[in-house]
Amino acid sequence: MSTATAPAAKQAPAPGTPRPDGSRSVWHRVKDFEPPTRFLPVFVTFALLVGMFGVGGARYDGFADPQTVLSLLTDNGFLVVLAVGMTFVILTGGIDLSVGSNVALSTVIAAKTLQMGWSPLLVVVTVLVVGTVLGTLMGLLIHYLDIQPFIATLAGMFLARGLCYLISAESIPITDDTFSTWAFSTLVLPGGYYVSWSAVVALVPVAVAAFVLASTRFGRTVYAIGGNESSAMLMGLRVASTKVAVYAISGFCAAFGGILFSLYTLSGYSLNAVGMELDAIAAVVIGGTLLTGGRGYVVGSLLGVMVLGLIQTFISFDGTLSSWWTRISIGVLVLVFVVVQRLLTRRQP
Amino acid sequence: MTQTEAPVLPDATTATSAGRPADAPVPVVEMRDISITFGAVKALSEVSVRLYPGEVHALMGENGAGKSTLIKALTGVYSIDGGTVLVGGEQRSFGSPAAAQDAGISTVYQEVNLVPNLTVAENMMLGREPRIAGAINTFAMNRRAAAVLQRLGIDVDPRSVLGSHPIAVQQLVAIARAVDVDARVLILDEPTSSLDSDEVAKLFDVMRHLREKGVAIVFVSHFLDQVYEISDRMTILRNGRLVEERMVADTSQLELVQLMIGRDLEVLERLDRDAAAAAEEPAEPAVPVLTAVGLGRKGTLEATDLELFPGEVIGIAGLLGSGRTELARLLFGADTADRGSLEVGSATGRRSGRPGRRRLRSPRHAIDRKVAFSSEDRKGEGVIGDLTVADNMLLALQASRGWLRPIPQAVRTQLVDQYIKALDIRPADPHALMRNLSGGNQQKVLLARWLITEPELLILDEPTRGIDIGAKTQIQALVADLAAQGMSVVFISAELEEVLRLSDRLVVMRDRRKIAERPNDGVSVSDVLEIIAGPQATTTEKEETRG
Repeated sequence: MSTATAPAAKQAPAPGTPRPDGSRSVWHRVKDFEPPTRFLPVFVTFALLVGMFGVGGARYDGFADPQTVLSLLTDNGFLVVLAVGMTFVILTGGIDLSVGSNVALSTVIAAKTLQMGWSPLLVVVTVLVVGTVLGTLMGLLIHYLDIQPFIATLAGMFLARGLCYLISAESIPITDDTFSTWAFSTLVLPGGYYVSWSAVVALVPVAVAAFVLASTRFGRTVYAIGGNESSAMLMGLRVASTKVAVYAISGFCAAFGGILFSLYTLSGYSLNAVGMELDAIAAVVIGGTLLTGGRGYVVGSLLGVMVLGLIQTFISFDGTLSSWWTRISIGVLVLVFVVVQRLLTRRQP
Repeated sequence: MTQTEAPVLPDATTATSAGRPADAPVPVVEMRDISITFGAVKALSEVSVRLYPGEVHALMGENGAGKSTLIKALTGVYSIDGGTVLVGGEQRSFGSPAAAQDAGISTVYQEVNLVPNLTVAENMMLGREPRIAGAINTFAMNRRAAAVLQRLGIDVDPRSVLGSHPIAVQQLVAIARAVDVDARVLILDEPTSSLDSDEVAKLFDVMRHLREKGVAIVFVSHFLDQVYEISDRMTILRNGRLVEERMVADTSQLELVQLMIGRDLEVLERLDRDAAAAAEEPAEPAVPVLTAVGLGRKGTLEATDLELFPGEVIGIAGLLGSGRTELARLLFGADTADRGSLEVGSATGRRSGRPGRRRLRSPRHAIDRKVAFSSEDRKGEGVIGDLTVADNMLLALQASRGWLRPIPQAVRTQLVDQYIKALDIRPADPHALMRNLSGGNQQKVLLARWLITEPELLILDEPTRGIDIGAKTQIQALVADLAAQGMSVVFISAELEEVLRLSDRLVVMRDRRKIAERPNDGVSVSDVLEIIAGPQATTTEKEETRG
């Protein structure tokens, strides 16, 4: 850390320099550019992804094909959206265990209301509202009653799962025409490649979240809370509303992911997405976000989801491996990343 | 800038309530009869303070007198149980620090309250970043931060991560953040406690500049010299009550201290006499308690030799970053040395004092050898805020016993009561939560924590930083007492007067190495400063020592 910033520290603020650093020549700026160490974990995840592609391409025919990436997105779009919401929560130093159940609840509500003949748009809005309200309620509990995020969202997890059964214990197929059209419509890219529209839609929250976290005061507040909550409060930041908002965002993303999931499976079932919250957390951690909060990027979480998906692709390409190897590799990866992060952060004073 | 908003009415009332100087305009902030209660403890009772535009107003009082509480009442951190706050003549009550900030009250709290994971510029601009259509303009933000830092003469890259800088720099950044706001009132709670004299001078320049612009500055400091240098008026608090409001020019330091502690200075004077007497006795060449030969650590401390005898106080002087703290941490094993040797424990080999010629691997190791270390970072490395006073006190003893042998309840109670009484810890309640205690009382609890382990060697790093004259005197007296009973003490402090008053031998550090060691026989502050300054002589404001 200190070695990386030392040269910059000598140059930038040098008092009495005629030109403030904003007006330095392009060449100097390029020459002095050093990627800040805080991006390092994201680079590591990206390198891992590229490496996995290389190995896969060398071992299996048809692995190193752009279509593999596009299929990854198609198969994991909902998880991408969940990971986005989870990134907000984890950046503040919290956790949201309710997202998996929230996804199931969303699919059940969507299937049930469609069965009752509601218009698809109304269904989507209803699902998003329910998910957001659930998230907001947990946020209120966590901030105002000072309840551990783990416990509050654990309660939310059971509540949402229970509500699923209340609506329907059986799996409800989705036969609505509009939903089917959405589910099957694909975007055909030049070269004969294709990706489902729902996967493309899943990238929208990533872009929005990346902007919000990097360039808005709300985003800064999220990082500040993760850095030191009481300091953030004393600095006059809106800690209360921000903390509630991140859980609302996570709830919204879970509902959004739930809609994508119902498109993916074209059904609503109370046993959907069991344990998916843990996949989302794993993706965020593999993407380089610190579980203690304050450090991490949404792009990392996207890459984390891709890594998880790629492990699955590996196993299906191989054909001889048991699918439990997915879980084992995810476990090992999460462990390695947490240990590496620990080592990286411990070096700092 | 905004005084014009203030209606004339409150002026009449304040003018009659006390003989204000005729030139004093309407107070920008007036707090009347403020009371605050925490549980059963009355932290403030009916305290009134007036802040006028264009003045530096010192808030004086011992630790626990209610200074920080009063500040937090004004800035909306604590809710007020009684009394009114007038800002610009209007009655206001702030529900949150954000509301107070919006009203033009900017605060630097005693402990650095920034977020370590963001950059310096991000911290300075947090919550008021320059934006283009809702998006933060990073270039403008960094430029503005750089401009402010340059104006204050702080040499820091605004794009570096805050957590990578030492505490002193972080403190300066916190001040830069507060100065950057167009504030009507600037509150500085112990802003100088981790700054060296150059940085203090810079800060004072900034304060004078702001005062000329009509900002009301609240200054809290336990350095009386600094208070006298910069302040115009002061309000003195004691035990949560208002003692008096005074003009600084009309009050001698002696008078002030008497007002603050509510008794005369006999204690201090006696201490000085004792120290003088102790200095006359030559330290007998006994078996050293600690012998360090060529002890060092790459990038932290160059090879250093040190010997410490029973009953001796070694004072370590040096500027911030000179290696004072680093040496202390190596002696305790908090950092592991990568060269040299360290022998700890008297050769007589008491109970668990196992002497051995090897490096200390861990604090636990050191504790077993009867070494105790009180860190300079009270908040981060000492206090456990959510535990009670009793639990905090017994931590080190419990650690040295091991977790399988709990301390019997009767012994706990007896030890804790004994030390609360001996160190005059307030509130004298073993079950009070540590975080509710004032800084000075927290420090006393930490001292008690180590004294309970009955150490042979006590390492104190800045034990009196940020605490008031009363508690400071008590701690100094205690150190002198302990040394008289045969304990060896390594005493580190930024205050040279204090180091000179207490120590038998003096070690001066510079640039991460020991540059001088001499017996403390009539060494003066300026002598030490000369050693530190080396070939080039420097001028400082610390020439005058307080008696």
